[in-house]
Amino acid sequence: MQFVQNFPFMSIILTLFSGPLSSILSGKKAKYLNLAVISIVGVMSAAVLAFTVSTGEPYVYMMGHFPAPWGNEIRVGVLEGLMAVFFCIIMLLSMLGGIKEREREIEESKQNLYYIMVNLLLSSLLALIYTNDLFTAYVFVEINTISACGLIMIRQNGRTFVAATRYMIMSLLGSGMLLMGICFLYGLTGHLLMSNIQEAVAALNQTGAYHLPLVISLGMISVGLAVKSALFPFHGWLPDAYGYSTVSSASILSSLVSKGYIFLLIKVMFRVFGFAVVWDSKVINVLFVFGISGMIIGSIDAIRSRNIRRMIAYSSVAQIGYIYMGFGLGSMEGFIASIFHVLSHAATKSLLFVSASGLTEASGNSAVFGELTGAGFRNKVAGVAFTVGSLSMVGLPAFSGFISKLLFAQAAAGHHDWKVLPTLIALAISTVLNTVYFLKTVIRIYTPVPKVECKKKDYVTITMRQQPVKFAALVCFIIINLILGLFSQPIVTLISDGLKMFA
Amino acid sequence: MDFSNLITNYEEAVAVILFGIGFSNLLLQKNLIKKIIGFNIMDTAMYMFLAFKGYISGRKAPIVVDGIQSMEAYINPIPSGLVLTGIVVSVSVTALMLSLTIRLYRRYHTLDLDEISTRLEKEGL
Repeated sequence: MQFVQNFPFMSIILTLFSGPLSSILSGKKAKYLNLAVISIVGVMSAAVLAFTVSTGEPYVYMMGHFPAPWGNEIRVGVLEGLMAVFFCIIMLLSMLGGIKEREREIEESKQNLYYIMVNLLLSSLLALIYTNDLFTAYVFVEINTISACGLIMIRQNGRTFVAATRYMIMSLLGSGMLLMGICFLYGLTGHLLMSNIQEAVAALNQTGAYHLPLVISLGMISVGLAVKSALFPFHGWLPDAYGYSTVSSASILSSLVSKGYIFLLIKVMFRVFGFAVVWDSKVINVLFVFGISGMIIGSIDAIRSRNIRRMIAYSSVAQIGYIYMGFGLGSMEGFIASIFHVLSHAATKSLLFVSASGLTEASGNSAVFGELTGAGFRNKVAGVAFTVGSLSMVGLPAFSGFISKLLFAQAAAGHHDWKVLPTLIALAISTVLNTVYFLKTVIRIYTPVPKVECKKKDYVTITMRQQPVKFAALVCFIIINLILGLFSQPIVTLISDGLKMFA
Repeated sequence: MDFSNLITNYEEAVAVILFGIGFSNLLLQKNLIKKIIGFNIMDTAMYMFLAFKGYISGRKAPIVVDGIQSMEAYINPIPSGLVLTGIVVSVSVTALMLSLTIRLYRRYHTLDLDEISTRLEKEGL
């Protein structure tokens, strides 16, 4: 065994322990610890990714000294490594992009508490990515929920309390269903390790015994995770939670937390049940319908909102809909498109949140549309970044959003049943609606305001010198977006290789 | 429909019904405290389900005290372990929910989440 193979376990433990350690540090030191931990974990994950790519096969890492059917395991392949690297990069940039806002919006004495939550969140995300044990996954899902709740309510106003409470209630419903599904599955198969469950499920499927309980447990797990990742009819908590929390929280919540659950769902579909069983069960058709309705209704809600942060939040609902629609297609191409969209949406949505915070800062800290007029001139980098993010969301070539839309359309076109037409129509409608609300905003931020009026309201001009870190983060986000958009082929190859060794 | 399985596995049936009661309370109750109670019923139902799954009638809890090491003497210990883990999770989540409720009650003097939301809209925050 090589030393690199320890890295997934070490990165989980490192992040887990840096959480409690932050509680005895001052806010400033906790911040540096947090940035250091995220960077170290990112480097370690990159090493793991390089290792799995070079060996070309996944490896199993035994936790403790008990072999397969009893012990706990970590299983690492290309897809896991890719996700871990990507999550670390996005999290690092989101944290860097919101330093100023955090200092302003979080009480001095509570600064270090924020970093406890972020470290625990990263730890649970890594565990969700790597684990091969269903019950461990459940425990880390709960840790993820609790720390995400902390991220929402650290900025203390009435809105965030209500948002956090709503978020907790929906999440508890979701995790209740998830746990019940896992219990059913354990009752049917007698295993908790994913690979062992898959063998038992395949055997059950062959004999046709316990078909209904299997479908029910798959349904409960899928719907539970869908509730937690804010699929369309369960998204009531989302706009407040993303719209009023501090900017790093909003960007981490939208781009990483919901993606962790989605990744777990992919794992459940491929590794726990096996693709054939999932395909037969028709559960994905439900996800498909919800996904398509989410794509359209989320966009309509985004058009109607009067607040830029809430608009971006509603746009998240639509994008989560895209991802579930890709699952619903039920083909390998659909899953590849969905996973690419996970990456693309994570990169773009965090870019949008961070750049929107730059725009609102230049407009007297108001996120209402009327106040944002001309903000693109007052904060030039944020304006450019917002435009890039918008164009990527709309799906202009050269940006990442275009590639994911292309992959979705190709996946749908290669399909031969009733889902082809709804997918293509929904993609078209959703793209038009995206264009309406994003370009409306871009036009508004580039509408000049007379200088006299600038002085009357407390508009300020923010230059690159004043906030070098934030601007560096924004530039990095733009570069990631362009990389995903222009050099998508290697990444798509990585994803499809990873999915092959995933099951 | 054959309901005989339902009678034989009445423990599981009871657990699932309790789960439904807890779930709908968590979803539909207006009062936050009642929601939390619903959540606890839901989780307890799940532990009951797991405990029944692991129980084998006529056998003892898997703690070796009198030197018997045969597998046939004891029940399945894994579900009990899962229940313990689950209890830890639900205790911490309950504590978090209760502290959130206290915060909201201090600010708005009501436990009704919808009323708080409408009040927030009026304040225009």
